[in-house]
Amino acid sequence: MYAEFDLLTPAAVGGALDELAKVENEEDCMPLGGGTNLVVDLRARAVAPKVLISVGRLSGLRGIELGEGRVSMGGAVTVSEILRHPERSRFGPALIGAAQVFAGQMVRNTATIAGNICCGSPAADLVPPLLALDAVVRLECSAGSRELPLADYFTGYKSSVRKPNELLTRVWWPEPPAGSASLFYKLARRKGDAITVVGVAVSLARENGICTRARIALGAVAPVVERVRPAEAMLEGNALEPDLIEAAARAAAQQSSPIDDVRASGKYRRQQVFVLVRRLLSRAWRSLSEGDHP
Amino acid sequence: MNDRRVRFTLNGEPREVSVKPNDLLLNVIRDDEKLTGTKYGCGIGECGACTVHIDGRPVLACLELAVAAEGREIVTIEGLAGNGGALDPLQEAFLDNGAVQCGFCTPGMIMMGRALLDETPEPSEAEVRDYLRGTLCRCTGYASIVQSVIDAGAKEAAAD
Ligand SMILES: Cc1cc2nc3c(=O)[nH]c(=O)nc-3n(C[C@H](O)[C@H](O)[C@H](O)COP(=O)(O)OP(=O)(O)OC[C@H]3O[C@@H](n4cnc5c(N)ncnc54)[C@H](O)[C@@H]3O)c2cc1C
Ligand code: FES
Ligand code: FES
Repeated sequence: MYAEFDLLTPAAVGGALDELAKVENEEDCMPLGGGTNLVVDLRARAVAPKVLISVGRLSGLRGIELGEGRVSMGGAVTVSEILRHPERSRFGPALIGAAQVFAGQMVRNTATIAGNICCGSPAADLVPPLLALDAVVRLECSAGSRELPLADYFTGYKSSVRKPNELLTRVWWPEPPAGSASLFYKLARRKGDAITVVGVAVSLARENGICTRARIALGAVAPVVERVRPAEAMLEGNALEPDLIEAAARAAAQQSSPIDDVRASGKYRRQQVFVLVRRLLSRAWRSLSEGDHP
Repeated sequence: MNDRRVRFTLNGEPREVSVKPNDLLLNVIRDDEKLTGTKYGCGIGECGACTVHIDGRPVLACLELAVAAEGREIVTIEGLAGNGGALDPLQEAFLDNGAVQCGFCTPGMIMMGRALLDETPEPSEAEVRDYLRGTLCRCTGYASIVQSVIDAGAKEAAAD
């Protein structure tokens, strides 16, 4: 490969954090997860770090844990590991749905959850479901660790609150309870291996005919993947009648700020936000009233 | 950029090679090991022509750094045939169905089909198409490739 860099392969998370602690310039050093974004970017010279720190196979960043009402995944958990897990039905259907339409098999075998979040792409497919599931991310540096809602992680296009000396070591969220439903839809030019044109995740909880919790997250229609809080607020505390769902979908389309690009026009994307939010909310709500939880 | 010694198994043979941090596994396989069955198509993860198995799972050799091969088991298309050169049932099925035109996608397709059959012995057509979706063919229109995977699965199941 034309791009030149050194590659460090620490044996444990602590060693990786010690190496990162020495970094002065953000551009000088980057963590390497599965490399499915980074190697492409290195070859295209979109980035030119002097040093890569390989973290994709560190045992401290692996493993999926269920317990104490939480689903918790190490940063280096791959998309395939999510799909193959025997308890995957407890993770939240929106996340499984996103993992199923994520890339092709070979990329899924190496692509990690931290890499998907940290690449900062507005089209990152795991992010809308994780937002809809109220995911929390843990950032660690050699001096300590902090946790924050994924909703507070992104600060702008490909920028985040992560400091150059921090690793994203874990992502966790409350295990979706009975009486809740979540869905994800990826609109793309074709089914396999295509970049998302619009991604929508919704999650709803229902008690006694009333929506007690609503989350709507949109991918690929703004500089960052984001929740649509005004639309969520319209739904919570109400029975989701078709008119209300339609109004929430309209609010979501309004908040989106999609651009024109080679894959679709901004106008088309915004129209699809409306259609998809309406569709997913209706389906999720219907599934709850039928007492079956998708 | 210091050279590294990397040890791995390639088609069952232990190997120890010297690589640079920025060497791609694909280049080590093709240029150093002279196993040119694994193809260099797009180089950016889009085509699947470079697919090899690492520890039994298909991955793209164009996106793997060679250093990451340390301690792992790598199988390329050259490693599928059994002792004495007997073809894998999937390779036989490709021949029977005429599933090869220019042949550039064939190694990747066979490595993918093999991985699927190892996971899901008798896949449906939909399962085959979904599993192969990251591997592109510009010649055949896929029908004969998909059929070959289905046929090989049926044949292997019958032989069991
Ligand atoms: C053919 C192809 C198809 C694709 N299809 C999809 C798709 O359908 N949907 C989708 O969302 N993406 C897709 N991608 C993009 C990519 O596969 C994903 O974003 C993937 O999750 C990235 O993970 P990775 O482990 O490979 O990250 P890497 O490439 O290793 O890293 C990505 C970024 O994250 C940083 N990073 C990695 N790990 C950490 C960590 N633990 N802490 C802090 N920073 C870290 C790196 O420094 C880098 O900036 C595709 C890519 C290819 C090549
Ligand atoms: S050469 Fe690796 S995917 Fe095309
Ligand atoms: S046979 Fe030519 S690309 Fe598939």
